[in-house]
Amino acid sequence: MSDEALKTTPLAAAHVAAGARMVPFAGYSMPVQYKDGVLKEHLWTREHAGLFDVSHMGQARLRGVSPLSAFEEITPGDFIGLKPGKQRYSVLLNKTGGVIDDLMAARPDDDGLFVVVNGACKDNDFKVIDNELAGQVTIERLEDRALLAIQGPEAAAVVGRHLPAALRMVFMDSRAMPGFGTNILISRSGYTGEDGYEISVPAHLAEQIWNLLLEDERVRPIGLGARDSLRLEAGLPLYGHDVDETVSPIEADLAFAVSVKRRDARDFPGAARIAKELAQGPSRKRVGLRILEGAPAREGAEIADESGAVVGVVTSGGFSPSLGYPIAMGFVPPALSALGTNLKVIVRGKPQAAQVVAMPFVPNRYVRKV
Amino acid sequence: MRFTKDHEWVALEGDVATVGITAYAAEQLGDVVFVETPEVGKTVKAGDGLAVVESVKAASDVYAPISGQVVEANAELGDAPETVNAVPESGGWFAKLKIADKAEFEALMDRAAYEDYLGTL
Repeated sequence: MSDEALKTTPLAAAHVAAGARMVPFAGYSMPVQYKDGVLKEHLWTREHAGLFDVSHMGQARLRGVSPLSAFEEITPGDFIGLKPGKQRYSVLLNKTGGVIDDLMAARPDDDGLFVVVNGACKDNDFKVIDNELAGQVTIERLEDRALLAIQGPEAAAVVGRHLPAALRMVFMDSRAMPGFGTNILISRSGYTGEDGYEISVPAHLAEQIWNLLLEDERVRPIGLGARDSLRLEAGLPLYGHDVDETVSPIEADLAFAVSVKRRDARDFPGAARIAKELAQGPSRKRVGLRILEGAPAREGAEIADESGAVVGVVTSGGFSPSLGYPIAMGFVPPALSALGTNLKVIVRGKPQAAQVVAMPFVPNRYVRKV
Repeated sequence: MRFTKDHEWVALEGDVATVGITAYAAEQLGDVVFVETPEVGKTVKAGDGLAVVESVKAASDVYAPISGQVVEANAELGDAPETVNAVPESGGWFAKLKIADKAEFEALMDRAAYEDYLGTL
């Protein structure tokens, strides 16, 4: 794709002014890092508060007579049970139980379901929803809204100065409320493992709100490079890398997204495969790996058992700035997925010792009680 | 010191060439977290992979700017890869090569030519 074809977010000018290095991502020109660089931006977010532009992600309202029950036809989550003011992580499933995309769906108010999907998948996602739920829901894509994420141990204090009501929210709460001089949709969530918020704002006010948040010395802008290393440490899968249309939520270690109530009903796409995997175990499983020696093992590196036989592949990996050593996630047979299992990762032809470890690699700090 | 378009530098003393990456390259890479240096004794031709330098984000190849045999690798980079960012054009060197053909060195860009080249990027 040529640069000319890239879309921009409402914050593009602010990124360039802040010294961002812009790269193509999900069809958009996005900041991969600012002047501090990935390592310092990562550590800043873990210690203070990082501000991310995630406006490339797809925001939409699904409306209809019963949008919650309709949404259950394409996801394995309990959406009929989703209470007003709450948000849920879920997956769009294909007929064979593979993941079309992962997403957040929320009820910030009484206006149907508010969904946020991955930028690279959004056009297909909304086509799938439109096809599968034709006549049941209408989709309004919120193209005129930007999405900001503020993440880190000081994020709540920063947001609370402007919006005291945000301090009364807990992890995965979602609200429509007046704030920052406009009407916002805000959830206490994110994709870094830290406490924080994602805030949907009108596009024409995005730069003003971005700059207002950056006036606080605890806040720095953080690029996609650190966003990726933060979510890796948090053990969170990245769609298109750790999860795709061939991978089931059980294989991906996302069984929590398959509602217990609906496991018996088997009323979602690919339920036969998913029920079988729940009962008998999947043929492969996403695990966390600590690389014990040598270079970082990155996406595509083979995973071998101690005899050297290839048993799987790394789907995300890199150096962990918080831990100071390389970590990875990848798929291995269940027999080799137990914590403490010794494995090898093959980097540039050389086997290096690795061990299956628990995820998240870095403890998450979600605020579940206030 | 001579330079390549891939942003390696070479310093020659007698028939031993010291190789590293330029300050420009180190800045572009960002914080270096791992360096894979070549084995002593390995023979490389100009343009062959010589080392791998890794940031948080990605791994990048460092190419041999000149043909030769590796006589020493910078062991300090194992414990202190950040040296590449701190002093890229001195202490952050990757390897020393015993070279056979000094003409390869002479054919590379001098500093003025390299700086002109950077101006075009």
